Amino acid sequence: MDFLTLIQVLDSSVRLATPLLLACLAGLYSERAGIFDIGLEGKMLMAAFFSGAVAAITGSAWLGLLAGIASSMALAGLHGLASITFRGNQLISGVAINFLAAGLTVLIAQSWFKQGGRTPSLTGAGRFNPIELPFAEAVSGVPYLGPIYSELLSGHSILVYFAVLAVPGTWWLLYRTRFGLRLRAVGENPAAVDTAGVSVVGLRFAAVAICGILCGIAGAYLATALQAGFVKDMTAGRGFIALAALIFAKWRPWQAMWACLLFGFLQAIALRYQNINIGDFTIPVQVMDALPYILTVVILAGFVGKAIPPRAGGEPYVKER
Amino acid sequence: MTFMKTLMGAAATIALTAGMSLAEPALIYDLGGKFDKSFNESAFNGAQRWADETGGTFKEVEMQSEAQREQALRRFAEAGLNPIITTGFAFSSAISEVAPDYPDTNFVTVDGWVELPNVHVIGFTEHEGSYLVGMMAAQASKTGTVGFIGGMDIPLIRKFACGYAQGVKAVNPDATIISNMTGTTPSAWNDPVKGSELTKAQIAQGADIVYAAAGGTGVGVLQTAADEGILSIGVDSNQNYLHPGKVLTSMLKRVDVAVYEMMKAGENLKPGIQILSLANDGVGYAMDEHNASLVSADMQATVDAAKARIIAGDLVVHDYTSDDSCPALSF
Repeated sequence: MDFLTLIQVLDSSVRLATPLLLACLAGLYSERAGIFDIGLEGKMLMAAFFSGAVAAITGSAWLGLLAGIASSMALAGLHGLASITFRGNQLISGVAINFLAAGLTVLIAQSWFKQGGRTPSLTGAGRFNPIELPFAEAVSGVPYLGPIYSELLSGHSILVYFAVLAVPGTWWLLYRTRFGLRLRAVGENPAAVDTAGVSVVGLRFAAVAICGILCGIAGAYLATALQAGFVKDMTAGRGFIALAALIFAKWRPWQAMWACLLFGFLQAIALRYQNINIGDFTIPVQVMDALPYILTVVILAGFVGKAIPPRAGGEPYVKER
Repeated sequence: MTFMKTLMGAAATIALTAGMSLAEPALIYDLGGKFDKSFNESAFNGAQRWADETGGTFKEVEMQSEAQREQALRRFAEAGLNPIITTGFAFSSAISEVAPDYPDTNFVTVDGWVELPNVHVIGFTEHEGSYLVGMMAAQASKTGTVGFIGGMDIPLIRKFACGYAQGVKAVNPDATIISNMTGTTPSAWNDPVKGSELTKAQIAQGADIVYAAAGGTGVGVLQTAADEGILSIGVDSNQNYLHPGKVLTSMLKRVDVAVYEMMKAGENLKPGIQILSLANDGVGYAMDEHNASLVSADMQATVDAAKARIIAGDLVVHDYTSDDSCPALSF
């Protein structure tokens, strides 16, 4: 693999990792607050559809993004209502959201656009176009550092830069603010938070809402930045890989970024090299595709340290009487 | 108990009335979905044409998962629909399970392979059509490197790739062909994001024409090719209009004609094996106002000459599925 190929593969990794990273951070907020969320996939799909649809109608990617976030937050609200207010089973609510999104998106798309469950192709301002960072053209001739800057760092859409900035943002919010401390506490020991006079329900709804916003951005990125429109089931399991990354990262923001970049890198390698030859031994592409899940199982089995989820995760909070 | 009786009585009445009316044909789409702008949509167009011309109606259903195949076939057979047309290779095993139980119903499989007295098999010589678009790609390519992006990695898609590679090599023996498959599960038919990344990877390796035989994933391939300023080749339906001036041509597979003929035959269908080839316009390449400026008269003449030789039998395009190997491409 020469240097330029490596840059291209890394560039592809960044594009593939961005939706994973946004969804992973979304899951992180929700699960840190004690609400398990396997509905990331459904929320992303719903956001992908509404951002694609609104961008196609209005011709503005930004309005599309807002619509995507709103639709994802509506589903997040539903999840919150079922699992926080009515204390239902969080896993079942998540599964229901996935099914709901898979069916609703195609149904609405068919009724609005009559194009068979897809949105019209977006053009011009309907998409988030790549941003050239300043001096990208000028420094591209510099050996090594030039291509890294102009090919790898420059030329992504604004949502990619947002996703990267969201990582230190999340870290700061969770570990350096009062809100973050309470959010983490509510996932570990909600009774203690309640005793301190802070609303458990309020905090958990706030976490679920942030989860909705981030999933919305992830879905909009798929439909209006990576692609030019929504296609049926276009998330293709990325919500579940994001959950795997979250466990892999043991529910911590910086590690989540590295896990997502690693999974993105594995996908990029699998796309670039269908079969990898190491001497006489050939690694088939299927192994590369399965690697994120295999790594997660390895982590769960405790080979690389223990992955301990937030203690109150999955349990609805009932005030003691 | 009385309620149960009423219910059963009602069911029996419905079954009787269904049996008395003329049997409707049924169409079952594969996982790619009815509106994939490609293979399944072509089947739908054929059925719709039949309905418009005859005023008849047909029942249809779209598969959502592997588990539904047998269920859908049985449902339609129980309802007295005839013939039951299925699209996609994946129905082969389900049909061979169900068909013996309903000897009076005719089943049709497009792309599948079932040897039973009441199953009609429709096959296409995709390798010949792909050969022609491969020749076109090699002539239009400036870099001498062309790409192929398949959907799910199955022998049928390799047949496309192999025919394409042979066509490319026939024009330019030194050409490089980069072949990628999107995945090994049915979700590979609906992952445009992965299709885009594969296209970008192939462009990075020098490809300036990509041929997508990947169902819904192809939408992403064609989009990215248009964004990056290279040419693409569509598949199954005529996809030239998706990006006018950016799609070199489309490899046509006339599933619509096949479905139309089947519905026209209706209950009088005589099951057998039917191969649609270049000779009877079952496969071919698409020319219209959207790609007229891309294809020179020279290119078309070369391709048409090859087409005539294939029909005459002077030129034999190797079929991957005949011996699971390809002389022009290694997988």
